[in-house]
Amino acid sequence: MKMSAGIASGPPLAGRGAVSRLACALVQPLLSRVVRRIAARHPSLFARLGPHQATDFLIDPVELPFALHLRPDPQALVFRAVPRDAAPRAGAVIRGRFMLLLELVDSEEDGDAAFFSRDLEVSGDTEAVVRLRNALDDVDGSIAEETARMFGAPGRAILARLRRSYVAT
Amino acid sequence: MSLAELICPAGTPAALRTAVDAGADAVYCGFQDATNARNFPGLNFTPDELTETAAYAHARGTKVLLALNTYPPAGKVDLWRQAADLGVRIGVDAFIVADMGVADYIARIHPGTRLHLSVQAAASSPEAIRYYCESFGVKRVVLPRILTIPEIRQIRTEIPCEIETFIFGNHGLMVEGRCSLTNYLTGQSTNMDGVCSPASDVEYTRDADGSMSSQLAGFTIDRFGPEEKAGYPTICKGRYTAPHRREGYYAFEEPVSLNLSRLLPDLIDAGVHAFKIEGRQRSKSYVRGVVTAFRRAVDDIRAGRQADIADLVALTEGQKQTQGAFETKKWR
Ligand code: SF4
Repeated sequence: MKMSAGIASGPPLAGRGAVSRLACALVQPLLSRVVRRIAARHPSLFARLGPHQATDFLIDPVELPFALHLRPDPQALVFRAVPRDAAPRAGAVIRGRFMLLLELVDSEEDGDAAFFSRDLEVSGDTEAVVRLRNALDDVDGSIAEETARMFGAPGRAILARLRRSYVAT
Repeated sequence: MSLAELICPAGTPAALRTAVDAGADAVYCGFQDATNARNFPGLNFTPDELTETAAYAHARGTKVLLALNTYPPAGKVDLWRQAADLGVRIGVDAFIVADMGVADYIARIHPGTRLHLSVQAAASSPEAIRYYCESFGVKRVVLPRILTIPEIRQIRTEIPCEIETFIFGNHGLMVEGRCSLTNYLTGQSTNMDGVCSPASDVEYTRDADGSMSSQLAGFTIDRFGPEEKAGYPTICKGRYTAPHRREGYYAFEEPVSLNLSRLLPDLIDAGVHAFKIEGRQRSKSYVRGVVTAFRRAVDDIRAGRQADIADLVALTEGQKQTQGAFETKKWR
């Protein structure tokens, strides 16, 4: 169990302006592919989301130059990188360090524990967040690994590097 | 020596498989409705999921216990009866019940089915426990978390059934779920609707200084400083001001989790048959970590070795732990 690395307080420095827009443009094709693949492989995810398939989630990895907008509607999936100053009005916001968010998606970390330690912040519709958490938690295997595998050896290398850099912080 | 079975939580099929793989002797779970006390959004099992995962558990020698541990509102018993019938068809190994009507239905319609008395029934005296055993054939009681180990040892000698005690997890024990605080604010009942502090009534707000407020049904029930550890948004663990306490204090309970890892040998010696881990609402990560740690500890004790329990404080509410009333009655 990792100890709390803390969540940056105050608004993040990055995530606005031209750099952020460029970063969004670069990652967008990957995100679309990733989310379509996960949706296709884990259709039971949507049943647990219930009415919140239509909710706009803003996932905010504090140290990245952008936030992520997710609308888990199986008919019209949205998963895109957005500059923080152009983020849509979200029904629910989930905020934390990127690697923590990734580990929560993969159930390597416990969401309640991250919330107790204040490494994870949620706001907006709490039921939407709870449903998303439970839906993701019911996925067997690692979504991060699955995603990394989609991109072959470079994908796996990036994931391994990310994990190492996080442990080092 | 008691068998010291490990009874582990499963909120989703994936969590159930995780608990089985981590060494659970039994898993407990519920359907996606008010028949169980963790009726949370997106949690629990459809009948098909339970059929499939019960087979997974049984193939590995793990028992499946179905929680039907809420109280049907008067005259609305059908949901509970259907759930019981379904559980029997699926082949669960026991039902965890609280309501006498539910217990009576299962005992009459499905004789021979094993019944465990839920902690929600709050049966803490030998007389009360014997009543359930004699009337409905209850085979095990899950004791309320208000008894010391010497008291448990004494009760064991006076009842005809097995004893299960909680050993880890959330410690909301105001008359074991019979409290009406959440009902008062949200209009939903923990005991009949199966959810305390429904997520739809909970809101967290971040203040400019990094503090966080938690609100239930529009009432602020706590405010955590920027560095302060947080707890669940239940009213019993809220911080309040009173005329004699202006600074805001935990009027009922503190956000803290039960952890009896150090008392396991004493509990086994007192005749406790099964150890329950709370947390069907928690993640697979929690299930994996806690079940693995307690599996190892129980195996060590059974083999006569000193149990070396991993540090589980990071998984506890408010990152604080207690031995509660098991250690001393002075615990409030
Ligand atoms: S308010 Fe606390 S004691 Fe009451 S039902 Fe909820 S968790 Fe239990």
